[in-house]
Amino acid sequence: MEELNLFVKSIFIDNMIFSYFLGMCSFLAVSKNVKTAFGLGLAVTFMLVVTMPINFLLDKYVLQPGALSWLSPQLADVDLSFLGLIMFIAVIASATQLVEMAVEKFSPSLYASLGIFLPLIAVNCAILGGALFMQQKDFPGALTATIYGAGSGIGWLLAIVGLAAIREKIAYSNVPRPLRGIGITFIITGLMGIAFMSFMGIKL
Amino acid sequence: MLSKKNKEALFNPLSKDNPVLVQILGICSTLAVTASMEPAIVMGISVIAVMALSNVIISLIRKSIPTTIRIIVQLVVVAALVIIVQQFLIAFDYDVSKQLSVFIGLIITNCILMGRLEAFALNNRPWPSFLDGIGNGLGYTIILVIVAAVRELFGSGSLMGFQVIPQWCYDHGYENNGLMILPPMALITVACIIWVHRARNPELMEN
Repeated sequence: MEELNLFVKSIFIDNMIFSYFLGMCSFLAVSKNVKTAFGLGLAVTFMLVVTMPINFLLDKYVLQPGALSWLSPQLADVDLSFLGLIMFIAVIASATQLVEMAVEKFSPSLYASLGIFLPLIAVNCAILGGALFMQQKDFPGALTATIYGAGSGIGWLLAIVGLAAIREKIAYSNVPRPLRGIGITFIITGLMGIAFMSFMGIKL
Repeated sequence: MLSKKNKEALFNPLSKDNPVLVQILGICSTLAVTASMEPAIVMGISVIAVMALSNVIISLIRKSIPTTIRIIVQLVVVAALVIIVQQFLIAFDYDVSKQLSVFIGLIITNCILMGRLEAFALNNRPWPSFLDGIGNGLGYTIILVIVAAVRELFGSGSLMGFQVIPQWCYDHGYENNGLMILPPMALITVACIIWVHRARNPELMEN
């Protein structure tokens, strides 16, 4: 039950886009049509699900204060937590590279449809942000962390597909010229954020 | 030292080529840390420092980085600098570093950094790269401070933590607008800034 709560919570209440504004750059840049937005959303979800357990285990058994004591009791007072950022980003960048190679080998059609977005995911802040929030939230096990990753990814996917759908429609509207393009996209995202805030009162 | 090209690298990002308003980079942190001015200024200074230094470092080693792994090299350089900034903040300004929480770490994936490293530092000498870093950092900081000032003034009635709106206004029924503190209003504030900026620079408008 705890896991289901966390899953729903990370999709709607702690939505990566609307409550933390993570991964905004690609969110704004790649939301011009629904199809590519959906592809990018899937890729981000996948990367979150893959890197979250790796980063969790890394954090728990290498980085936390005293985490190295499973190697030998003398290492019990070693604190490597300041290395967290560099380790997480290394895991994410290399996982992106690996996934890119695997997708290219096993499914060329998916590779072609994702195109440039796959390598760019390494610098999508939603992924690194997910790892840092995971560190803050102090999950009990790798499975919980994976569920949190999946939920955050699906929340991101929902948000980008929703925005892309609205932007496809708004192309036909008469928007003031200086606001066209990026300006109106900011306002739409803000309004969507206010709508998503109605989930905040829900206690799970 | 300050030839025409270098001046452009330093001053263009302030308005005509602003990283937030025109290049649409570094949005995440612009929105997340601007509920009040103090964290916004600390964040701005951190980004200027990381940006200038990483631009110089990448520019120095630009000829020996193999292109296939350049993203990982850039990330490692940036991550090392960000860790220094993070430890520095924890040591000297603990409260603000708590407020900024994960967002200092997220400077690593701040797209302004990657964008400028890719677009400028990889093809230019260290001194222009340094100026470009400072310029873009300043352009980012200006927007951050404007957004934070608007949100703090209307949301809490204060600037930098000092009460600006006098007590008699509250006595006559003025209320702080609580919505301004919430994250979505940051987006709408930025949209208004973009609106004004594009109306004044018609060549930037999109069709």
